[in-house]
Amino acid sequence: MKHTTRKAVGLALTSLTGLAAFVIVAVLALILLDVFRGGAANVTWAFLTQPPSDGMMGGGIFPAIFGTAALTLLMTLAVMPVGVLTALYLHEYAPPNSRMARWVRVAVANLAGVPSVVFGLFGLGFFILFVGKGLDRALGYEEMHWAQPGILWAALTLAVLTLPVVIVSTEEALRAVPLDHRTASLALGATQSQTLVRVVLPGALPGILTGAVLAISRGAGEVAPILFTGAAYFLPDLPTHLNSQFMHLGYHTYVLATQSPDVEATRPLLYATVLVLLMLTFALNLVAVIIRSRTRRKAASAGH
Amino acid sequence: MDRQALMQEQSLASPVPVPTLSAAARRRQLKEKLIAGLVTAVAFTGIAALVLILIFVAKEAMGLFTDPHARQEASLSKMFLPQVTRPGRPATFVWQPVSSVPKVSMIPLFIGTLKTTLVSMFVAVPLGVFGALFAAEFAPRRLREVLKPTIELLAGIPSVVLGFFALMVMASFVQDFFGLESRLNAVLAGLGLALAIVPVIFTVSEDALTAVPRSYREASLALGATPWETAWKVVLPAAAPGILAACVLGFGRAIGETMIVLMASGNAAIVSARLGDSVRSLSATIAAEMGEVVVGSPHYSLLFFIGVELFAFTFVLNMFATSWTRKVMKRLTGGAG
Repeated sequence: MKHTTRKAVGLALTSLTGLAAFVIVAVLALILLDVFRGGAANVTWAFLTQPPSDGMMGGGIFPAIFGTAALTLLMTLAVMPVGVLTALYLHEYAPPNSRMARWVRVAVANLAGVPSVVFGLFGLGFFILFVGKGLDRALGYEEMHWAQPGILWAALTLAVLTLPVVIVSTEEALRAVPLDHRTASLALGATQSQTLVRVVLPGALPGILTGAVLAISRGAGEVAPILFTGAAYFLPDLPTHLNSQFMHLGYHTYVLATQSPDVEATRPLLYATVLVLLMLTFALNLVAVIIRSRTRRKAASAGH
Repeated sequence: MDRQALMQEQSLASPVPVPTLSAAARRRQLKEKLIAGLVTAVAFTGIAALVLILIFVAKEAMGLFTDPHARQEASLSKMFLPQVTRPGRPATFVWQPVSSVPKVSMIPLFIGTLKTTLVSMFVAVPLGVFGALFAAEFAPRRLREVLKPTIELLAGIPSVVLGFFALMVMASFVQDFFGLESRLNAVLAGLGLALAIVPVIFTVSEDALTAVPRSYREASLALGATPWETAWKVVLPAAAPGILAACVLGFGRAIGETMIVLMASGNAAIVSARLGDSVRSLSATIAAEMGEVVVGSPHYSLLFFIGVELFAFTFVLNMFATSWTRKVMKRLTGGAG
């Protein structure tokens, strides 16, 4: 090939790939711009603090904000201990080339690929119909108490869904703690668990927090798993018990977008709800990105 | 020789007594063992979760095979073979599980899922792979450092928001642009899905591309190849299995994604080859119908059966994808990794 042709082909390929990257970013910008333009005017204090009214044609989204927050809080409480301990096993306890560790990894990778709606079915089949029914029978409830959709079951379902996120980012965080720190601690006579609790975990804390934040942002946005495990169409009251149903920002978005009797009338509310949901997940993601880049920089400077 | 004598003899041989652990040390050792045991036990949760998902989704689907009523109403042949729905008409595939005579053919749902998935792959694979190639090979360092978190941000958008965007903003545009009859259709749902899987394909491809050792690039450049020739003929082929894995992962994600398809596909179980028609996917069927179904009815078991199918599809795809990525990483790191 002649030099000029080679150069031209190179330029074409470079711009083609650049164009692909540009299109992805442009679509993201378009979504953000549209949601912001459509929703910004309607996100008022009243909108954030009042319940919906007029058959969801007016009012605010406070119960949905509250429900989303309570749901993700419960989910985080459930997923963090299990996720962190699993990562500790994989990185600190499992013998090298351990078959069990390999199985755990395969399971976690597959868990990450299970469709979200299947998690919903699992939540219904396992938590509500198996665990819930069993609890009701054991506790002697005549009517359904635990064997019905509720915030606890939805939170546990989401905890299983976000487990891989926590495990993977915690393991990455553990990997970033230098081996010297462990050996130094052990050489001073500390036991393995003392080393983990006093040296390794504090060192990995930023990474573990990143994992928690990522899990929360993922869990807060998932709708399919909570469709049949606890989310409610419309509830004027806030959830008061672990078995209460709850409103949810994502589910509310779905309901407003697809089941509204008057699309034009609900459009401003819909946009405002989406804006709140999007800002929430973006804020969480941004926090994760910031913590992560900061720890990476710190690790890089500590290494030299 | 009894123990006492043995000890005596030892103490005679060496004045240093046999070291024994103090009570406190033994307690500490026991505690360490307990903690290790606890951590190991908790680590089983991941495996247990995967197994429990399969067991409990399959358990609720079992009604199809055990309940005589369900066996008659929704047999495997009724799900997968053409059925005569009205006397005198040719046999067809129809999904109408709640009509007076339930028709439970899965074929329209398979076709719907395939259509939306193919549209999304057709858009997302070139965008994701080329975008990753740009980020890994051509972009200046500064730009790459902005590009990656930006695309991670796209990955963070909840799918219900993407569904909303497809439904409220893209729908009319897509309909006018392609001149389609129905406003909600496979093209629209596929485009919405593409938004969800582009970040997956981008991220995994980019990882595979950056894992290609620098020596490959340096060798190629030293032989006189230009940067794009290096990228196209050396780096891309070396990372090919990883990129293939990225596409398979994206494919699995597209098959299972629910909210976007639920909101943008039109949810009509139509058997046709046209991409402009409304479609109904497997995942959206579960989401749309589970709310109104009678627990334990054939329809209910059927929806769980769809769940088993989705689980099986994505499980197989995932196994392929992870084994491929592991292989490529092993090859690129010379078996050391």
